[in-house]
Amino acid sequence: MDWEPVVGLELHAQLSTKSKIFSSASTAYGAAPNTQACAVDLGLPGVLPVLNAEVVRMAVKFGLAVKAKISPRSVFARKNYFYPDLPKGYQISQYELPIVDKGEVTIQIDGGSEKRIGVTRAHLEEDAGKSIHDVFPDATGIDLNRAGTPLIEIVSDPDMRSAAEAIAYMRKIHSIVRYLDICDGNMQQGSFRCDANVSVRKKGDTRLGTRTELKNLNSFRFVERAIEYEIERQIDVLESGGEVAQETRLYDPDGNETRSMRGKEEANDYRYFPDPDLLPVEVTDELVEEIRASLPELPDAKRQRFCDHYGLNAYDASNLSLSRELADYFERTVEISGATPKLCANWISGELAGALNKAALEIGQSPVTPELLGGMLKRLADETLSGKLAKQVFDAMWSGEGEADAIIEAKGLKQVTDAGEIEALVDAAIAGNPEQVAQYRAGKQKVLGFFVGQVMKASQGKANPGQVNELLKKKLGNE
Amino acid sequence: MSLNREDVLKIAHLARLGVADAEVERYADELSNILALVDRMNAVDTSAVVPMAHPLDGTQRLRPDVVKEIDQREAFQKIAPAVSDGLYLVPKVIE
Repeated sequence: MDWEPVVGLELHAQLSTKSKIFSSASTAYGAAPNTQACAVDLGLPGVLPVLNAEVVRMAVKFGLAVKAKISPRSVFARKNYFYPDLPKGYQISQYELPIVDKGEVTIQIDGGSEKRIGVTRAHLEEDAGKSIHDVFPDATGIDLNRAGTPLIEIVSDPDMRSAAEAIAYMRKIHSIVRYLDICDGNMQQGSFRCDANVSVRKKGDTRLGTRTELKNLNSFRFVERAIEYEIERQIDVLESGGEVAQETRLYDPDGNETRSMRGKEEANDYRYFPDPDLLPVEVTDELVEEIRASLPELPDAKRQRFCDHYGLNAYDASNLSLSRELADYFERTVEISGATPKLCANWISGELAGALNKAALEIGQSPVTPELLGGMLKRLADETLSGKLAKQVFDAMWSGEGEADAIIEAKGLKQVTDAGEIEALVDAAIAGNPEQVAQYRAGKQKVLGFFVGQVMKASQGKANPGQVNELLKKKLGNE
Repeated sequence: MSLNREDVLKIAHLARLGVADAEVERYADELSNILALVDRMNAVDTSAVVPMAHPLDGTQRLRPDVVKEIDQREAFQKIAPAVSDGLYLVPKVIE
């Protein structure tokens, strides 16, 4: 039987305002417990929420970036439930009239094809506090610093058909909120969170299967693994004649499985109603147009420009436009080095990305700046350096030994391109290894590599490999 | 539409209200009467009316994104039933 997975995501992005959505308390991360929880955040009697203007602007920015209709009038509602990290007994959210209406994004999937993913809606709401369950033997500790932090919840249509597509969509939204500078995107600190709705159906069916909701997905990798696991689990259940139960399941990264949250299955009944403390939010056309005019170049436009202007392939262009910082790094490197954009792209996505990954650093923290990398690539482009020597220079720059030119000088890493010098080395290699010469001439082409190795070794890695190859072929073939 | 015993108990539970057994029938009656009134209002054609979100005909005033609150944890925690290490303590939520 062929099964088709159906995935939809609910993404929560913390908006990077200075103060909370309905109070003037700070949203800074990492403060001592409850030092940033004011009377409004604590839900004390008599307080009133006042909406933060910046939150509205950020939501409009997001809406425009996903080509959505911005609601001229949106309404805050109370979502009622009892949990100690929500002292009011309700969360202020948006229900019937969200600020961002239907939109869409385009994702790039395997093989370079594109797919449109619908954004059902995006609405504003306040975050809850944090519960600390494991410190006190018979009490739960509550820290309300996070209570009232502005969130935008972005709900997708059930348009994704695999874990890979879900991740591509999530990365696209992540990239958009970072480009817009409305969310820092930090998943470890919970600034960007994901719940996934997963179901499967027989291929060809138009009706959706029963879905489960996956929670506790705090990294891209976990989201992918949890969805993959859940798809397999549901197929197993259905193939063995069972039925998928509609429920919330928690992902356990240690066991790489999802588990039912038994006991918390009380049907959701939030009794939403318009919050009488807040008037409808009006967004004027003037405000929308003002914000539209201030939008930065977004990932899709940048990717397209990288293809058109720099001649990069779709893969490189996608990679390099993933974040604004990385894209800026690339453009600066091209400008400084004067090397081909492809060469710059290869080094940034290859050597540099590898080194950053290994050191767990972000592009903005790279010890090799675009100025340093560009300086080195300039010497690679003008053939002062070979690829191999360039790697040595890169390592030295990474360890803080200065600029490429200084390193080349100090370590004597200049590539040998002098034809006479190379010929002498080639001749010596041929003269010194008659046995391998005979093998080569008997048709064993592989032996060429041995000679290249000999010459490179004799030149301490500095001979130009292209020239060496060419000359060896000529000399070995001729005689 | 009328509410039965179970409906009343469910609503009371969602609102975390204790309702004495003897009162359940009375609440069921009273709430049903309110719904009957709503039913009568439903007979009016409101398809051309924008739903009212607030009785005041205004729009939300916005405040600038500026931090103004200072730390008043000590004052707030004086009136809390239990605190420790800066945290508010509540009965254990999960086992």
